[in-house]
Amino acid sequence: MSLRTDLESGKFAITAEIGPGKGTDITEIVEVAELLRGRVTAANVTDQQSSVMRLGSMVTCHLLHDHHLEPVLQMTCRDRNRIALQSDLLSAWVLGTENVLALTGDLPHLGDHKDAVPVYDLDSVQLLWVISRLNEGFDMMGNELAGKTNFFAGAVVNPGADTDASLDLQLYKMEAKIKAGAKFFQTQAVYEPDKFAKFMKRVEGFGVPVMAGVIPLKSVGMARFMNKNVSGVFVPEETIQKMAAAEDKTQTGLQLAAELMRDLKDLCQGLHIMPIGWEKKVPRLLDLAGF
Amino acid sequence: MLRSKQKPFEEILGYLEGDGRVFVLGCDGCAQASGTGGPVQIAEMKQKLEAGGKTVTGTDVIDFLCEKALVKSRLAPHTDEVMSADSVLVMTCGVGIQAVAASVNKQCHPGCDTQNLGGSRGEWQGSERCVECAECVLEWTGGICPLTACTKHLLSGQCGGASQGKCELAVEKDCGWELIYHRLKAIGKLDNLKRVPAAKSWSKKAPDVHILGTNHYALENPEMEEAKTE
Repeated sequence: MSLRTDLESGKFAITAEIGPGKGTDITEIVEVAELLRGRVTAANVTDQQSSVMRLGSMVTCHLLHDHHLEPVLQMTCRDRNRIALQSDLLSAWVLGTENVLALTGDLPHLGDHKDAVPVYDLDSVQLLWVISRLNEGFDMMGNELAGKTNFFAGAVVNPGADTDASLDLQLYKMEAKIKAGAKFFQTQAVYEPDKFAKFMKRVEGFGVPVMAGVIPLKSVGMARFMNKNVSGVFVPEETIQKMAAAEDKTQTGLQLAAELMRDLKDLCQGLHIMPIGWEKKVPRLLDLAGF
Repeated sequence: MLRSKQKPFEEILGYLEGDGRVFVLGCDGCAQASGTGGPVQIAEMKQKLEAGGKTVTGTDVIDFLCEKALVKSRLAPHTDEVMSADSVLVMTCGVGIQAVAASVNKQCHPGCDTQNLGGSRGEWQGSERCVECAECVLEWTGGICPLTACTKHLLSGQCGGASQGKCELAVEKDCGWELIYHRLKAIGKLDNLKRVPAAKSWSKKAPDVHILGTNHYALENPEMEEAKTE
């Protein structure tokens, strides 16, 4: 199984996200890789998530590859110009990574190096186009490569955009991303299957697989924080109350996520779990959800 | 002073495809000094457009087009000419183009690329900003610059960070792409959002070779510079 063959053949795929730590200790990454192998189709590795400086995505993907867990390299446009982005893509390919998720990237202001210059020499749509060029055997200037890539490129979309203009903008950009070479989409976290079903109706015609984002809740505070601060994420009050009433918050959080996963399963082509620190609980979540 | 350079005429004609009637605007400030949008160039542009089969409904050259209040008052006598045109061609820096786009409910095409400051900025006090990228994209974004209106200066559309129409960086800052969306909707150009924009050529930002290295000096001593290039 591979993410490409699963999604292209219409098989339901599950990915989980791994966030590398700050430093050179890779013990946890290896442990997580061993736990997730065989349970998920592939694992995304975040690229300096939330603009916090950490171990890199490329080397972490290489580690996963070594441990026989298929990696998805997340690549943002925040920290590198077009030369570095292209070079890193070639390097990642040589190190065994075949999937890339192209992102614009959070602003440095949100992370732990607030004074850093945001690069954004390219944006996510242009990066997808560049990946397509590398796959054809050329760099973005049209120079021929000695040995090309064959990346399976994906992108993100925010189905919970909270104004009509914003949702339209997300859909227009999704179309541009497909035109530029996106073969699959992973979404921002979804908590309302009904609303997500409406979104899926609107993107049905695009004919590109969509993997719904799932973030298991750890606490009431986390839900409230996301509602207030994370664009496109809305945890309904009913769900928050269930968390509030729970004695075992961990078990309830996982159960609620598992229920959600079962509800989302028939609406889309895959699921993307973002455990945010709960990487080791992903197998338990998958058990609860029946995957 | 903002130094601008006229876009190639073929590029301008491409923008005007489907627009039979055009109003042409210039500026008696920086654009006049740059030799791109003063009275001489506006008269030339009128001739070229007419030779190219376009109807020029009117022209004007305004002092400090970057000043929106001035744009509105000076354009008032031209209301019929502007409103009967399909679009407006603005031969100025990016600030001027944005000031006109904000004042006129019409597509405003950029006729120039803004290269660099060449000294100090124009006298404008408005919210429009230009980063002198030398490859004006206002054609595609309804006359609102995504490089300055969007915190991430994204060319391809909104990121996932906007909430209630505001930027995630600051709740008081409007999302630039939502502003662009509403403007494009108003002028019937939402399809522009489906484009995959080419990566920017930042090399165009470099000053022309003949002023490179002596930029400031050259601008302050134009007659010496002319003697040198002759």
